[in-house]
Amino acid sequence: MDDIKNLSYEAAYDELAALVARMESGELSLEKSVALYERGQKLSAHCQALLEEAQLKITRVDEAGPAD
Amino acid sequence: MQTFSVGEITSYIHELFDADDVLADVWVRGEVSNLTVARSGHWYFTMKDADAQLRCVMFRGAARSVRIDVGAGDEILARGRVSVYAARGEYQLYAQSIEAVGGIGDLHRQFEALKAKLDAEGLFDPARKQPIPAFPVRIGVATSSTAAAWHDIQNVLRRRFPLAEVVLSPTLVQGVEAPAQIVMALERLNRRADIDTIIMARGGGSLEDLWSFNDERVARAVASSRIPVISGIGHEIDFTIVDFVADLRAPTPSAAAELATPNRDDLLLDLDRLRARLAGLLGNTLAEHSRDLGQAQSALRFFSPRKMIAAAQRDVADGRLRLSRAAALKLERLGDRLASATNASEAASPEHTLARGYALVTDESGALIREAAQVSRDQRLNVQLSRDRIRVRVDD
Repeated sequence: MDDIKNLSYEAAYDELAALVARMESGELSLEKSVALYERGQKLSAHCQALLEEAQLKITRVDEAGPAD
Repeated sequence: MQTFSVGEITSYIHELFDADDVLADVWVRGEVSNLTVARSGHWYFTMKDADAQLRCVMFRGAARSVRIDVGAGDEILARGRVSVYAARGEYQLYAQSIEAVGGIGDLHRQFEALKAKLDAEGLFDPARKQPIPAFPVRIGVATSSTAAAWHDIQNVLRRRFPLAEVVLSPTLVQGVEAPAQIVMALERLNRRADIDTIIMARGGGSLEDLWSFNDERVARAVASSRIPVISGIGHEIDFTIVDFVADLRAPTPSAAAELATPNRDDLLLDLDRLRARLAGLLGNTLAEHSRDLGQAQSALRFFSPRKMIAAAQRDVADGRLRLSRAAALKLERLGDRLASATNASEAASPEHTLARGYALVTDESGALIREAAQVSRDQRLNVQLSRDRIRVRVDD
């Protein structure tokens, strides 16, 4: 799903953790499990990419207001 | 009784002084007298009060950092160690710093008074502390843009959690102007809706250097900050009022940056663990479903209609066989009966009868004569025999 690449780290990580918890609770159809697994893979890849590619961004907020 | 040389007993006294914890670092209050500044830059003076005098020396390096004018008659606070100068048989204060009385003394009083006041208002209440977000997207930093603390913070954040954006809200962190500026820096960050955590930082310094963080305006601004504040002011041993009102106190600016962020390496490990769990769970699910499928298949085989169909088919085949046998038997019987019926009917046929010597009598028109009343005298009749016929005339 395309929406994943717009997720923040926290949102993606939370969804991943919730998804794992849901799979752990069991009683899911095979299709649902496979779908959750695939989404989980994408979420974790997204998180990994965020962590590995991030560059600390630095901005300033001065008296005049936000500025770089 | 043991006898000492002067040097020995002086050395013994020297050791006693140096082993004493109080004498190792003391604040002494008194009036300055006999101040002389030697060509070397060292200060020699005496401190006194109504009861006693204390010889003091302040070496050049320490003397250079004194920021007050010191002259005879001034009440001062001197900090240093008390030790023995053996050559002169004197003990003296080796002063490291000098403060004006009413300076440091007042500061301590103010600190304690403000701390008591704010504590009474409940501003240090643990229940007021806001939780620090685990994954901050934007971290506001209120500090001086030229200070080492700012660089330390950037380094820590770059290493631990480069996903974050750091928003510097620059401010003076010492001097008379600093408290008002710090309050404004905090307000600028609080006006933004997208800041998750604020780090308020300043590197180490003297009590006066850190004094802005004991200012009531600053303390109240921190207490009322909508965004959680982590304080990282001075060194580990320094406590300011801001440390008490902040949502979280860090011992140093670098430590504040650490407390504000998760560690990237830990997050990567976490991700690995989650991925492994995810794969394991899918594996389990597949195994479960595969087992269920196997069970369903064997149940299906057990209750399969195929068996019933086969049985029915066998019954049908059986029935058909029996039917065809029965039919054959019936046909055979019918054949037999037909044959015997044929024989019987053949025996009854006119030809057969004629062959046995009977004859058919007809008139000229071919009508069969069954009784005498049908004929008259001299009527011609035909007598049909088995092979041929005879023409006759009725005589009587």
